[in-house]
Amino acid sequence: MAQTIHKYDAVVVGAGGAGMRCSLQLAKAGLRVAVLSKVFPTRSHTVAAQGGIGASLGNMDEDNWHYHFYDTVKGSDWLGDQDAIEFMCREAPKVVYELEHMGMPFDRNPDGTIYQRPFGGHSAKYGEKPVPRACAAADRTGHAMLHTLYQNNVRNKTQFFVEWMALDLIRDSEGDVVGVTALEMETGEVAIFHAKCVLLATGGAGRIFAASTNAFINTGDGLGMAARAGIPLEDMEFWQFHPTGVHNAGVLLTEGCRGEGAILRNKHGERFMERYAPKLKDLAPRDFVSRCMDQEIKEGRGCGPNGDYIALDLTHLGGETIMKRLPSVHEIGKNFANVDVIKEPIPVVPTIHYQMGGVPTNIHGQVVVPKNGTPNSIINGLYAIGEASCVSVHGANRLGTNSLLDLLVFGRAAGNHLIDTALASKSHKPLPANAADYSLSRIDVLDKSSGGEYPQDVANDLRKTMQLHAGVFRTQASMDEGVSKVLAIDERAKHLSLKDKSKIFNTARIEALEVANLMEAAKATMVSAAARKESRGAHTVDDYGDTPEHPLGRNDVEWMKHTLWYSEGNRLDYKPVNLKPLTVESIPPVKRTF
Amino acid sequence: MLSDVDLSRLRWRCRRGFLENDLVLERLLSARGNQFTDDEHTQLKTLLELDDNALWDIIAGRTNEFPADTRPMVQTLRDTLTKH
Repeated sequence: MAQTIHKYDAVVVGAGGAGMRCSLQLAKAGLRVAVLSKVFPTRSHTVAAQGGIGASLGNMDEDNWHYHFYDTVKGSDWLGDQDAIEFMCREAPKVVYELEHMGMPFDRNPDGTIYQRPFGGHSAKYGEKPVPRACAAADRTGHAMLHTLYQNNVRNKTQFFVEWMALDLIRDSEGDVVGVTALEMETGEVAIFHAKCVLLATGGAGRIFAASTNAFINTGDGLGMAARAGIPLEDMEFWQFHPTGVHNAGVLLTEGCRGEGAILRNKHGERFMERYAPKLKDLAPRDFVSRCMDQEIKEGRGCGPNGDYIALDLTHLGGETIMKRLPSVHEIGKNFANVDVIKEPIPVVPTIHYQMGGVPTNIHGQVVVPKNGTPNSIINGLYAIGEASCVSVHGANRLGTNSLLDLLVFGRAAGNHLIDTALASKSHKPLPANAADYSLSRIDVLDKSSGGEYPQDVANDLRKTMQLHAGVFRTQASMDEGVSKVLAIDERAKHLSLKDKSKIFNTARIEALEVANLMEAAKATMVSAAARKESRGAHTVDDYGDTPEHPLGRNDVEWMKHTLWYSEGNRLDYKPVNLKPLTVESIPPVKRTF
Repeated sequence: MLSDVDLSRLRWRCRRGFLENDLVLERLLSARGNQFTDDEHTQLKTLLELDDNALWDIIAGRTNEFPADTRPMVQTLRDTLTKH
């Protein structure tokens, strides 16, 4: 049966903040835009973002874009590209004010200006003092942003395809992207979206880990699509952990807990952070606290019958303080750990929170790959934005509030680039013959499967393996072992079986297709991590510790470079970090201390 | 009892934007399988139309403002959250 062909100027895959900021820009310019989404747009994972949008408005204290630029370069542990970071920090106030004019309900100061709150890692005068830079809508910034963007998109006639799962990129004989295939869940039919450009805005792949703060929808679909289409994934070894996710649930306990005086204890009741960070103790930076917790667990001092978690103790704060200042923590303890935090400690573990790597792009959102000796050769017709992309502004470690900023700045920039390059007047390149065959064959294999494992069983094994071998505490031997294990799981994932072979709303088939995407993200992460023989940002390896030659284990001479992982052949390549900003002096690398 | 297709559709719409809702709804589906009456199914579908924050506020008991005819399912979800 021939596939239905939908024809649009642009097809955006994913309806989170990045996708909808981009689609809005395109729709306002009069382009025909389709947005494909697995779930209703306002239920995308952007809704979970609480903190705010980083922008140097200077509403509370002196601030400017260059301070923000410095903080972000330093935060990235000098793996971020300084041209992209300059672009983002310069654009930040503009995208915030635009959002304000669209109706975003930011918190306000008495004088009517946007209220800004302080956030870890953001400073004035190059680290001299903290500066309030986060523009927020209470603790529901992501929610407010999604609603603002969705309403504006509807007003500008963006066409949403809800409960559609994008499957594969369509590339022609010249390698240009000319469309995408997608599965309509309600009918089980595969359709072709023929487009002048495709934009991947599918978010991260946080569900490759067993302990994750990410929603179940975060299965790295855009990463899988890119990897299968021969496009490398960049810097996938870098994942940000949050120290206090609830054990066996992943739900996040705010950093405010430790700010209010909560203490991390091992099975002996010891306040172990005093040993690792005598001055800052439990208030040391996120990545540092996470690694200490993992070390306690690995050295046999974890709590509980399996010794696999750390106890976060708030009991000394008293019920009144907890209920007044940390009511959501009390609520989460009760509902997800069966613990009354007023009376007893709550089990926590370092938990995956954010993916720094992704599909490699330039500052316009265009996907770039090495070709003919050029590290950043453009793939015509393909863009990536938001957490799915690696532009790279976060480098080896992301600063809080820079994720919402990233998706706004680069979602808008990708839209503007397409408008500036006169997308409207261009014609569609022809679709290759049998453009949907590859996707149909993948589904056919699933439909004819028998005797294999169920998708969720394989996915659960993958998550456990990734947690053990690519978690917050890494050793070279464990990562090497993890590569073998993940590749073995990949073989199992090629032989999945479906209980249900029906077409209409077959969630088993959808989950099997998601597992294929999770596998690509997991292989990229594990292989890239095992290959990087240094410690940098979130990738901290016990074997590569602090030495005079390599402070904090970072080896700039050999490893100040971006990893590129290719699915085909499971091979790696590297490209240089861009240390040259657009207009200002470079921030030279120094030891990252706080 | 729900048909296979209705259960699949429901299962998918229980995929939410943040983890707290995912976990509660997963618990409910694990406990109940396809054992929902027509009324319960209708009530749950109504609640799933809400935004994630609105849904979570109701489930967590932060608000008692919810569609009146969904009260029994709201209680079921609250019980699912707290009794585990």
